[in-house]
Amino acid sequence: MWAQIPYRCRVKSIIAENLVKHYRQGEVKALDGLSLEVEEGTVLSLLGPNGAGKTTTVRILSTLLRPDSGHATIAGIDALKDPAKVRSVIGLSGQYAAVDETLTGWDNLVMFGRLYHLSTAQAQARATELLAQFSLADDAKRPIKTFSGGMRRRLDLAASLIIKPRVLFLDEPTTGLDPRGRQEMWGVIESLVSEGVTLLLTTQYLEEADQLADRIAVVDHGRVIAEGTSDELKNRVGGERIEVIVAEGDIARTAEVMKRVSGVDATIDNGLRRLAAPAPKGSQNLLELVRELDAEKIHPLDLAMKRPSLDDVFLSLTGRPAEEVLPETDGVAAKGGKR
Amino acid sequence: MISLKHSILDAWVITKRQLLQLIRVPEVLIFSTIQPVMFVLLFRYVFGGLGAGIKGGYVQLLMPGIFVQTVAFTLAATAQGLAQDMEKGLIDRFRSLPIARSAVVIGRTLGDALLNVVVLLVMGITGFIVGWRPSSSILHIAFGFLTLLLFGYSLSWIGIFMGLIARDARAVANITFLTIFPLTFLSNAFASTTTMPRALQYFAEWNPVSTMVAAARDLFGFHNTFGATAGSFPSQHPLPMSYIYMGLIMLVFIPLSVRRYTKKSR
Repeated sequence: MWAQIPYRCRVKSIIAENLVKHYRQGEVKALDGLSLEVEEGTVLSLLGPNGAGKTTTVRILSTLLRPDSGHATIAGIDALKDPAKVRSVIGLSGQYAAVDETLTGWDNLVMFGRLYHLSTAQAQARATELLAQFSLADDAKRPIKTFSGGMRRRLDLAASLIIKPRVLFLDEPTTGLDPRGRQEMWGVIESLVSEGVTLLLTTQYLEEADQLADRIAVVDHGRVIAEGTSDELKNRVGGERIEVIVAEGDIARTAEVMKRVSGVDATIDNGLRRLAAPAPKGSQNLLELVRELDAEKIHPLDLAMKRPSLDDVFLSLTGRPAEEVLPETDGVAAKGGKR
Repeated sequence: MISLKHSILDAWVITKRQLLQLIRVPEVLIFSTIQPVMFVLLFRYVFGGLGAGIKGGYVQLLMPGIFVQTVAFTLAATAQGLAQDMEKGLIDRFRSLPIARSAVVIGRTLGDALLNVVVLLVMGITGFIVGWRPSSSILHIAFGFLTLLLFGYSLSWIGIFMGLIARDARAVANITFLTIFPLTFLSNAFASTTTMPRALQYFAEWNPVSTMVAAARDLFGFHNTFGATAGSFPSQHPLPMSYIYMGLIMLVFIPLSVRRYTKKSR
């Protein structure tokens, strides 16, 4: 039934229109006409490198920052005209665990509950509920200082859910977490989404956007440069590609071989010792590569045909890999973007 | 619009948070009282000899001086506490909540004032042990302590503003220390202003720290002999002058701080 209703007609919980924001007296353009829409009960991921404007977008939509121009509507409320009203329907969890570290998890949740104007009894009941929901009940009486990074983030997220917000903003919820912490956080976010919250999530991790989001907006230099489902974005890049993981000493030679086979330079991830190149002729390229590698006496640790990843999407949209942090925008991320 | 009842309640939740911090991390309370107590003991016994000829001894003049120095440092504590909250992103969270815009800054200044109550109490007891004997009525003494608390409270608002404009907590700690430390010494708090070089003497006599110290000395029943000889208006009328200073500080820094907090858009 949903499918018959055109996308544009469904209820939009978040609407941003042409947001423009400059920092440092106009020297740095953080947002350059960014627009986006998020349907009620869905997850949109803002994906982009540091300094792309993700945090600035979240800060504007969550009423922390006023844009120089543009409009923002959250759950039908004009965020610029009536920010106080918006604050009572949103939850925000930022890049830092924004809780009082000297206090316990329990203290923090009760305090935030009181600030949402719950009675003491209600605030305490909600704190107990949230601590249990986020598997923090056993550590409720420990100061946050003693928490692991993952536990802090979970508590931070719990604090943003005290009033069961209709719209939730998560700004890089897993940045800096170890793989286990990230998995746990993903689990928590997925269960929230299944309860029907509308979520705007920013991330630098393509894998994260792929895993959690219904739709993805790729942001670069303060604009949305592409938007769609993960599959739609991947189809834009089109074609399959080959991924090879080799021993460290073989990386350079493998790159040469892959260039011969594929006709273009392979993208190389030195850390993972992984090389990737397009395979325009599909499995024929794969066979060719195997033969050539064998002839060169290179023994790959892993070899696979893959559909394009979001990494490739970003590369093809912007002409550079997503991980690359541009020197001139780095300052915005550090000074302007995150505060 | 957030009702007045909620505004007060919100500020109180923030104040309670600071009191809770003192319970969860008692070291903070211990260190903020140990330092002034140490100063009382050091000054009392190192400079005690200066008081030859002062009725009741140097300690009678010293105690008000150290009380004022201690409450003046509230400015640094407030600024640093707020800057730390900003650094941790806590202020962003508060700003995303449906609470009164003034709650966080009012709550913090009140929390710091309550900490001063404890600190002044401990210092007063220490002073009494080492020979400080206020000779005025109980009402005057109470008014003296109240004025000291208000003085610290008004300076807290400068701290709020400095905390809000600071880049990070460590920088603000350094800046506030480097401002307040000389301010408390370029005054009549520990030595007579009359022996200072002429230019410094004028500065010291108009220094709010001096007027507050002189006012406190009067209220505790010892005429301010340190620096009342220059005959300047503030040294002749220290109590009204202190209240004028406090009023001016709050008149300027409360609106500035609340506006800065609301519009904060770095």
